[in-house]
Amino acid sequence: MIPAAFTYKRAESADEALDLAAEHGEDAKFLAGGHSLLPLMKLRLAVPEMLIDIARLRDLSYIRDEGGHIAVGALTRHGELEHSDLLARELPLVAHAAGQVGDPQIRHRGTIGGSLAHADPQADLPAVVLAMDATLVARGPAGQREIPAADFFQGLFETALQPGELLTEIRFPKPGAAGWSFQKFTKRAIDWAIVGVAVQGDQVALVSMGQTPIRAGAVEAALAAGASPEEAAAHAAEGTSPTDDINADSAYREHLSRVLVKRALVESRSRN
Amino acid sequence: MKVTVTVNGSPVAAEVADRTLLVHFLREQAGLTATNVGCDTTSCGACTVLLDGQSVKSCTVLAAQADGCEVTTVEGLAGSDGEMHPMQQAFRAEHGLQCGFCTPGMVMAAVSLLKENPHPTEEQVRSGLEGNICRCTGYHNIVRAVLAAANSEETR
Repeated sequence: MIPAAFTYKRAESADEALDLAAEHGEDAKFLAGGHSLLPLMKLRLAVPEMLIDIARLRDLSYIRDEGGHIAVGALTRHGELEHSDLLARELPLVAHAAGQVGDPQIRHRGTIGGSLAHADPQADLPAVVLAMDATLVARGPAGQREIPAADFFQGLFETALQPGELLTEIRFPKPGAAGWSFQKFTKRAIDWAIVGVAVQGDQVALVSMGQTPIRAGAVEAALAAGASPEEAAAHAAEGTSPTDDINADSAYREHLSRVLVKRALVESRSRN
Repeated sequence: MKVTVTVNGSPVAAEVADRTLLVHFLREQAGLTATNVGCDTTSCGACTVLLDGQSVKSCTVLAAQADGCEVTTVEGLAGSDGEMHPMQQAFRAEHGLQCGFCTPGMVMAAVSLLKENPHPTEEQVRSGLEGNICRCTGYHNIVRAVLAAANSEETR
């Protein structure tokens, strides 16, 4: 099984990647770790005419403490997030969730920026950046701009990135409340989450409960009103629109979201 | 495009289509057929090789992405005198295989696992091999083999 024919270009700098993207428009896609894009291309669900390989732009691979926030380069690999001492100390939710992505081989290749830009609602890290109110930084022909995570995910595989824009950095605010949890339910270790939950303090985001990762607004409102984790978790499926697919029907996902949100809130509070 | 990959220590250069997958480059250009294509969907791990020292699934890497990099396949593990790598010896001693199809990928994943965690617990071995499926379900002896290899490397 091989992808449809395309032209491969390796960018030696972010500027060159942006120039190539500007020149080739919507026919071109950025290739980072390739662990979301290449499988789609092999299935011919994506048929770009050009791949612009950005994986070697190591100046976009870093994890830095910037004082008020932690800056993560978009090309930082899941395995690097998983094993980062800085993240383990400052953003344990990110380090832990990154260690739950796929399997070790996938974590050796896949990048946080690739996962976010791909915007699969079944993916783990989009829900994490949403729960943490992270800011995404993109560079394009018009310069650099910051996009709040809440505005980034716009639809199934659809983000606020414009054609020719490159996601370069993710800025995570240092969490005010220490408690965190990441729960996901899969059939096999390497499968996408049937449902997942990311919790940071009283901020709760859901995986696989709609066309995008979503905040569990009703749960957060209940917590703000003083509800217990058990009471708040009963609201987990409110306002969601999970799909039916080969793994689960929507009613099962709704049930699972209540179970997992309860577990996540209980675990999160045990870490406060 | 022209791709040059150092495979098991020797450069392999070939003119290939841009869409060529690393696993096909290894099997067809380098002539090393131990690395198997299993599921072809990044799931089963049969095609696992080391890319610059880390395990990857070579069905989901383009040969172009490996241009200029080092790849190790299971054929490259044995010493120049033919002596098997401790992981290979452990798989043999512990009967860590049944049909053998998953074995090259399983061995490479296990080598990568011990590089990152030289003294894993049984649980860490099991989770560390989560990207590799053995359809004979011979997991117990595979896990024993990896633990034995970790011990043998420790006592060398």
